[in-house]
Amino acid sequence: MRPSPHRLLALLFAVALLGACSQAPAAPPTTAPAAAPPTTAPAPEEYVFGMVLVGPTNDGGWNQAHFEGAKYVETKVPGTRLIYIDKVNPADRPNVQVEQAIEELISQGAKFIITNSAEFADGTNVAAAAHPEVYFLHASGDAVLRGVAPPNVTNLMGRMEYGKMMAGCTAALQSEAGKIAYLGPLIDPETRRLVNSTYLGAKYCWETYRGKPADSLTFKVTWIGFWFNIPGVTLDPTRVATDFINEGYDVIVSGIDTTEGIVETNKASQAGKRVWAVPYDYREACTQGEAVCLGVPFFNWGPRYAEIIADARAGKFTPQWEWIGPDWSDINNLETSMIGFVKGPALTAENAATLDEFIRKLADGSLNLFTGPLNYQDGTVFVPAGQVADDKTIWYTEQLLEGIEGQSAP
Amino acid sequence: MQSTEINRPREPQSRQIPPPWLGTLRLTLLTLAGALALTTLALLSSGVSPLQAYRILIFGAFSSPSRFSDMIMLAAPLLLCATGLTLTFRSGLYNLGVEGQLALGAVAAMLPLRLLPELPVPLLWTLCFACAAAGGALWALLAAGLRLYAGVSEIFAGLGLNFLASGLALYLVLGPWRRSGSASMSGTELLPRDLWLPTIGTLRLAPLAPIVALAALAVVWWALQQTRWGLELRAVGLNAEAADRLGVPAHRRIAQAMAACGLLAGMAGAIQILGVFHQLIPNISSGVGLLGLLAALLVRADPCRVLPVSVVFASFTVGSVQLPLALGVDSSIAGVLQGALVLFALLARGLVSKPR
Repeated sequence: MRPSPHRLLALLFAVALLGACSQAPAAPPTTAPAAAPPTTAPAPEEYVFGMVLVGPTNDGGWNQAHFEGAKYVETKVPGTRLIYIDKVNPADRPNVQVEQAIEELISQGAKFIITNSAEFADGTNVAAAAHPEVYFLHASGDAVLRGVAPPNVTNLMGRMEYGKMMAGCTAALQSEAGKIAYLGPLIDPETRRLVNSTYLGAKYCWETYRGKPADSLTFKVTWIGFWFNIPGVTLDPTRVATDFINEGYDVIVSGIDTTEGIVETNKASQAGKRVWAVPYDYREACTQGEAVCLGVPFFNWGPRYAEIIADARAGKFTPQWEWIGPDWSDINNLETSMIGFVKGPALTAENAATLDEFIRKLADGSLNLFTGPLNYQDGTVFVPAGQVADDKTIWYTEQLLEGIEGQSAP
Repeated sequence: MQSTEINRPREPQSRQIPPPWLGTLRLTLLTLAGALALTTLALLSSGVSPLQAYRILIFGAFSSPSRFSDMIMLAAPLLLCATGLTLTFRSGLYNLGVEGQLALGAVAAMLPLRLLPELPVPLLWTLCFACAAAGGALWALLAAGLRLYAGVSEIFAGLGLNFLASGLALYLVLGPWRRSGSASMSGTELLPRDLWLPTIGTLRLAPLAPIVALAALAVVWWALQQTRWGLELRAVGLNAEAADRLGVPAHRRIAQAMAACGLLAGMAGAIQILGVFHQLIPNISSGVGLLGLLAALLVRADPCRVLPVSVVFASFTVGSVQLPLALGVDSSIAGVLQGALVLFALLARGLVSKPR
């Protein structure tokens, strides 16, 4: 059994293949943390806060929105300094768990830690219990609501449901085919309620402003299995987006952390197709495809982060479960509004005006789309006729709504 | 056939005619110099002080108890895989399927946890390790069977089975074993706390993991160096046909080496489940099998040196976590150093043995 040259070649080839497969090329190179000079002892009045991000800080989506929120804190709360570890996920950093990342940040002097993914729920609570002297904010989590969080953990989430209703409405206003596709991440209560909100917005605007029956609107969701592409593990969002377009869907609403939806739509548009995209999460996501962008619902984490961190620094940390909506007097005010919607260049002026009217109705409370009768996909009642869903019912949405094509994973 | 000699695990003493330590020293120096030169180049090109980077890479894992525990918890499964691979390398096999064997071990370890959760915890752990070992061994035997009876190179058989094993883990995570009400690639529900391997204080160090790994290393060292079975295994590795003619059951030894390697990799999978991740995740191996291959290649499958190399590799990986924070350089530089070490070890061996 002497290895022969072709066996060696085979080995080298196999190793190369293995290496190629086990790498995750998804994440673009991360910029160096500008605010983290080589370990020096923090100045006496300096308050170091850390952030653990599930994806890269420049993903044009969820993680970039958080990262810019943290940078905002640095500018608004004097004496604070951000340190962070990004790409904490099993594909990019297979041997790093969130607790480890948190401990690295604490060892660098962080007194306050923000974790930004639903996947970090357990790890955040474990680390918080081990470090009672440090405060934690788990974004998008609900451990405080469920009563399982240590006392030094708080939860924060934005009511993106409104942003998604606007996204759905925009899609329905502009769609020519009446076929809207939703590029979904993984399935959990959060992603279900966001898909439902998009559908409710789309259905309302389709019926009310387009004057067409609800059953002439096709709304389909395909889940890729994670918040962003992990080659070989998730469905490839690029592929899913292309399939949507080939199946005749002319608006792709994105629910994933990254920008494949708008990027692929832009390519298809350049190839002559009449298609549009609604990206997600990050205020400037439209820049990935101006020509097809109808608008983007975005998170503006900065202002609330700044308040919570300033409070913690002043010794006034209060653990709570917060779910904050837009500042309805000006949803795009970056100093005050947690949720906003930037209209894209591809949205027609007429549709933009209609969208403004829709937003006005949401703002003054005359329109609540979570009003019954609303049924789940399997026909069970989500909200009975004449009633309005309360926060908990919406937060813990169990299924997609009747009328949506796609998997609910109940 | 010079090229084949480079890569081939073989008896260290069989080559060097002048004082053996001189050759080893030259090899080591060449390897270190080459690897450091390449890594330094990479560091300089990203504008980072190489000295600071090396300080963190090499000593970072020893700078705090919690980092040290993380290093041990990475070194334990790594050592198990590398130890198993010394057996297959010695018998002349490139067991690239070690990643899949680890993954299947992890899947098998989940079975008793899901099916018999009411059993007493120590019994459950024992069952976990037993199932994991059986699962890994079975997966390795599949590759061995393909090699022996269908003429499929164990490299490709292993590679194919790796995909199959990770596909199975994916399917289970997203399908039958998904968290209630959700479908996510992020993993199954966390195990209840009482099923986690006990740790020291608040550290993540579960002493059972390194104990199992060290015991496995001792057994493998003994079997390879002190038993007739080990001698036969090495004979098969040097020349299977000749060994066969001399009465060594070569096929059986090959299958045994594969099974033993799979068994150890499977146990590494059980450690990943019970001691590290506490759930089944799609990437449950987290590259440990591949790193084990590098470690075994670097020391030419010498069981005495597998331990220090595993510890060093684990230290690099754990130390590198601090790099982005402290120096603003990506932590993948640890991979560059690990890869460069192996590459230059192979190169140096080629260069040193060439003049003969």
